[in-house]
Amino acid sequence: MYTLLAILVDGLVYASWLFVVAVGLTLIFGVMRILNVAHGSLYAFGAYAAASLVGAYAATGFPPAGSLLLLPAAALGVGLVLGLLLERGLLRRLHGRDEIIILLVTYAAFLILEDVLRLIWGSDAYLAFQPYAALGNLEAGVLIFATYDLSLIGLAVLLGLALWWGLQHTRRGKLRVAVIHDPELARLVGIDVSRFHTGTFVLGAMLGALGGALTAPQISVTPGIGVEVIVLAFAVVATGGMGSIPGAAVGAVIVGLSRAAAVHLLPEVELFVIYGVMAAVLAVRPHGLFSPAEGRRI
Amino acid sequence: MTDGHNHTNKGLLLALVVLGLLGFVLPGWAAFLGIVALSKGLVVLGLLLLWRLGLVSFGQALYFGIGGYTVGLAGLWWGLHDALALTALGTLAATAIAALLGLLIARYREIFFAMLSLAFSMILYGLLVKSDLLGSSDGFGVPPVSFAGMALSPAHGTLALYALAAVVACGAALLVHRLLRATLGHLAGAVRDSELRVEYLGVSVFQVIYAQYVAAGALAGAGGAITAMAVGHVDPALVYWTVSGEFVFITILAGTGHVAAPFLGALLFEVVRSFAMQYAPFTWQLILGVVLLLLILFLPNGLWSLARRWRGGEA
Repeated sequence: MYTLLAILVDGLVYASWLFVVAVGLTLIFGVMRILNVAHGSLYAFGAYAAASLVGAYAATGFPPAGSLLLLPAAALGVGLVLGLLLERGLLRRLHGRDEIIILLVTYAAFLILEDVLRLIWGSDAYLAFQPYAALGNLEAGVLIFATYDLSLIGLAVLLGLALWWGLQHTRRGKLRVAVIHDPELARLVGIDVSRFHTGTFVLGAMLGALGGALTAPQISVTPGIGVEVIVLAFAVVATGGMGSIPGAAVGAVIVGLSRAAAVHLLPEVELFVIYGVMAAVLAVRPHGLFSPAEGRRI
Repeated sequence: MTDGHNHTNKGLLLALVVLGLLGFVLPGWAAFLGIVALSKGLVVLGLLLLWRLGLVSFGQALYFGIGGYTVGLAGLWWGLHDALALTALGTLAATAIAALLGLLIARYREIFFAMLSLAFSMILYGLLVKSDLLGSSDGFGVPPVSFAGMALSPAHGTLALYALAAVVACGAALLVHRLLRATLGHLAGAVRDSELRVEYLGVSVFQVIYAQYVAAGALAGAGGAITAMAVGHVDPALVYWTVSGEFVFITILAGTGHVAAPFLGALLFEVVRSFAMQYAPFTWQLILGVVLLLLILFLPNGLWSLARRWRGGEA
């Protein structure tokens, strides 16, 4: 009974984390058909920036709960700077090239950013536990959960709803459909497609950085934390269907719960399960659970 | 056409002779570097096949690792120590797995192909890291190998392994060269241009891709087997996706214009890396990234296209 509850809660906490990390990737892919490998670097930059900010804040002696606000602030800053740099400086110049070439370009950006990160922050570990400690624990029988982890679930749900509402019910969200469907025609009817792409990319970058910033209080921030995130985020997005926000949510829940079940019941297969689920889904539905059907192009 | 064909055949035989002669004068570290470059070249040769189909695999380290682990396990469990037999076994194991996974992966294109192969390599990585039987994250030592029943001293062993690598590499290059000249190879460009037209011609695109995917897996397995014997150790890092990324990097660096390009590219990569590790260990990835960007922007057909331009555009 308690194992079941633990699996459920752990799974949902992990799923929320996966969703925040993956949703930016799917958003960018959905609009621009770019699979951004540098998403992992944005995650790592977000984590480092958050850790530095929280560290500086803790040194001033203000109440620790205030450091919670610094996490999204770090994400917004990192996403804005790096997002603009990558999109305006690099990807824009390669518009219209093969998807796979763009993939390689973002891979190059990832390699560069990994070392830039090391040049800025060095190889030491950074700790930013203050926001985590500030929220304390919740007890459920013999199980103890960190309130910070639980509030991540709420945050992910809010974030998902906000994105869904923004895409379905705002003017910009509706214009997005036109841009995805036919960029040429969208341009003809007066939509500034290039600004649209920049905006989408920066938003996606901020979400990636937010994933890192929210994770910083839970871990010790060390070099290399971004490497695995890319593959994980891709697994989630591919399971759900690339480019679909509900798909990312469903993919995150499936992967999160299966991993939690594996961790509690059969820890040897933890990593295997994540990609195993993805391979199983893709074997049956080649383009993921929620991807729209595509006609054969001649 | 026929002339170029003969040139390549003769060139590869000449390369084998030169590589063999070099073995007598090379110091130990250079021979080791040569082995690593030749075996990575084998992997990249497989990626060349896929690249000509318009496919990029970000998970070729899967077969590289399978080749390596097969060699290690065969030595550990069955006491198999013969270098030639181990290479064959590693290649066979990788071929078998590629034949199985290829059934699924060969149905995908572009980003999905790249990332699905990545996911499969991560599955193996996850299994290896957690499996105590296979040495978990530390891996295990590969027992010393023998050549035709002779156990050699480490120095002579390296040279013998170097000779083996040279023979396998030249043999593989010859075979791939023949494949590129055969119908299957000519179909690659057609598949990249328009799969639908190829299907209308009565050819199964799936079979074209599947066959070359399996061949690429076999080449990567051979490379992994030789690397494992040279290094004398295997661990899960062999399978990690950054290793696959390195193979893709060498493919783009070398270019896919000729079967010799992967080996020259791998050699250049290994030489530069051993210097970079000494003088700029913390900016190695940065250098890789910048070079990759420059290649994509200014030299999309790799270094081999420079050689071709230099010779005045002859085929």
